[in-house]
Order: sequence, then structure tokens, then C-alpha cells
Amino acid sequence: MSTTPANKSLSSPRKRGSRVAAEISELGSRLRGNDTERGENDELECRVFEILSQVPDPEIPCVSVVDLGIVREVREGAPPVLVITPTYTGCPATIAIASAIRVALDRAGLADMRIETALSPAWTTDWISDAGREKLRAYGIAPPPQGAARHSLREEPAQCPRCGSASTEEISRFGSTPCKSLHRCLDCREPFDRFKCH
Amino acid sequence: MQPLAEYALRLGDDSLVLGQRLSEWCGHAPMLEIDLALANIGLDLVGQATHFLGLAGALEGEGRDADALAFGRDVLDFRNVLLVEQPNGDFAQTIARQFLFSNWQELLLRELARSRDDTIAAVSAKAVKEVAYHARFANEWMVRLGDGTEESRSRVVAGLEWIWRFADELFAVDETTEALIADGIAVDARSLRPEWDARIARTLAEAKLETPKPRRAVTGGRAGHHSEHLGHLLSEMQFLPRAYPGAVW
Repeated sequence: MSTTPANKSLSSPRKRGSRVAAEISELGSRLRGNDTERGENDELECRVFEILSQVPDPEIPCVSVVDLGIVREVREGAPPVLVITPTYTGCPATIAIASAIRVALDRAGLADMRIETALSPAWTTDWISDAGREKLRAYGIAPPPQGAARHSLREEPAQCPRCGSASTEEISRFGSTPCKSLHRCLDCREPFDRFKCH
Repeated sequence: MQPLAEYALRLGDDSLVLGQRLSEWCGHAPMLEIDLALANIGLDLVGQATHFLGLAGALEGEGRDADALAFGRDVLDFRNVLLVEQPNGDFAQTIARQFLFSNWQELLLRELARSRDDTIAAVSAKAVKEVAYHARFANEWMVRLGDGTEESRSRVVAGLEWIWRFADELFAVDETTEALIADGIAVDARSLRPEWDARIARTLAEAKLETPKPRRAVTGGRAGHHSEHLGHLLSEMQFLPRAYPGAVW
């Protein structure tokens, strides 16, 4: 499969920093909604999100655990708690993700932070950030449909991440990892993965 | 075990045993795509089992985690329905088994997502999204095999006839579940039957197959009365941790 370099748009560290900040604020507002009580926690949360935005997903290294919406929130306290959520029930990467996050926190001097796993509310592909969706596309993986589309099991045809054509067919609903299905572009003939809608 | 722990054990064992069965197809399926699909479905089921058995172990409070329950119990202590331990047979037989199970499990987990037990509700809400894919996969293959060639049709008819006797156990209720149903924790499986029947009938009609005639149900799995097949499955699944206790990767 031909893939575009994943982090093409993130080549400069300085640019990456500002981009991460924008993503975090986008994500933070989505997570927190109208809840204003957590304002004082913002600083620690922002820092943790920034650290973890450098932790790649072990199966799809073009996106970080923050991009995927795995990192949910930071609760201050003694010790402070980081809440993460598994993507798929049987995802074998869950353990690898938790240990990668542990290592990143330890290295950043947050060894006392406890990691909690929350199953509820259940993770959905709608939690993948817009930046994450774009990174998936650049990597050669069609991002999942959003919003109302995910309630329909009869999904719209995937859009080819290489040429953008919507004239594609599903080859297999189950792919190389639990989160992906296999497709083929009928125009440019590229075979590609699609992130399954959950 | 107290009723809730027992209920979690049942949910976990159903998923674990079928997940192990499906993993036997790994490298043997008729096509690569099916190999991937069956392995993926098996993986989802083992993931569910990890959560449900983890809950059962925590409620039991004797220090057994999901692994201890999966690898450290003998046949009589397993609480899965008999359907899931039945051998794979040919591909059509495996699909017929999955067809009955996944359609049932999707309805069950949809209701359990509203359970008053938070953990059961959370695991179910997550898993039901995955199981919807399993049911769709099985339904589509029922149609493809039933409305396919003479050969595929005769095989799927045989598979369905064989597995049908194990369907009733999916909807059984006993003393353990009755109290939990009253508390809004467990689902009254009997209430799932009409919708399950309708789903099964709809797909079978599309597959140009007939619904098998009712027959004497074979039950007993919930009480630990299993077929000979489960012991063989466990001997393979449990070999490594039994031969090398405490082994890690």
C-alpha cells in the first residue's frame, strides 16, 4: 500500500506545538462542554494532553492517543488521576497503550499520576479529533463516518484516501486490526483500510 | 458464588468459549477475509470475557482475576451455554452457530446496556456495537450459503439442523437470574425470544431456508453439565498456564 508520510504537516517542532495546542483546546472544549467548574484543572490537563499527544497509537502510529480520543480527562487530587478509555473491547493494543502512557507520564515527572480506565461512556469513533481524522487520511486509512452516519450499519462507501473517489467497494468488514475494514478504490484501484465506525 | 458473580461468570464463559472456538479457524478458513473475520470476532468475544470474568472474580473476592478464572477452572465449573462449546464442524456449521448466537447476544447486550449494575452496563454498551458487526456477518453468510449452490445449501441446512437443539438454552431463566431480573440487573432472556425469532425468520427467508422444526432442547451448561467437547477445548486453551504456572510473555 502506498502511503503518504504521516506527519508531513507536522515536520517543524514549533509548528507542532501550536498545532497541538489548537487540538487540545478543540478536544478540551468537546470533552468539557458547559462544565466550568474544572477551570483550575486546565493547566495540568493541558500539560498532560500535550505530553500524550506525542504518544503514538501502537497499531496506527500516525495518530496519537489524544487524536484517537483515548485520553479522556485529568482529575486533580492526591494522586492526580488520568482517565483513559479502551477503543474496542478486545483490542490487544489496550495494554500497550496504557504502558506507553505510563512511560510518557513517568518521563515527564508525573510518576505519581494514577491511570484509570473508564468503560462508560463507551468510546466512539466520533471522539477522533478532526486533526486525527486528517492524519489517518494522509496515512492511507479512510476515517470513519461521523455523527448520524454511525447509527447506520449500512455505511456509505468509503472515500479513497489516495484519490478521493467515493466509488469504492468493501472487500472485508474485518481487517488487520479490530478497528479497521478492508476496501478497494474502483477508480485508482488502490486497496485501503477504513477505520470502522463505532 | 453470589448470584451477580455467577451471572457475570455466565456472560464471560459464553464469550470466552465461543472466542476460543472461533480462534481454531485461524489459518484454516476458506478465504483470507473469512480468516480475518472469524479471528476478529473471536478477539472481540475474548475481550468481553476479560471484562465479565474480571467482574466475576472481583465480586467473588477470593483474589481470582480473569486469567485465573479462564485458565484455572475445570469443566464442571464452566457456566457457558452448550451452543458455544459445540465443535466448529465445517464452515456452514460454524456460521449457523454464529448466526443463532450473535443475533441473541446483540439483543441481550442491548438490554444489558441498561442494567442497574454499572460495570455490566458499561461493558455491554461497548460490546453491543461490536456484536452488531458479528450478527451482520453471520446473517450475510447465511444468505450466501442458503441461496448459493446445492452444496452450500445442503451444508448450511445440516449445520442449522444440528445447532438448533441448543437454541432454547439461550432463553432459559433459573433461580440465579430471577432475583437479578427483579433487581433490574439481569435481562429476562425469555423476553428476547420474540424478537430473536423474528430476526432469525427474516434472514432464513432471505436465505430461502426453512426455520427448523422445534425439537427437544439440550440444556445444562448453566449448571456445569457440559458436553464432552468442552473438556477437549479447555485442554488446549489451558495447557500452557497449567504446564507452566505463572508464565509471562
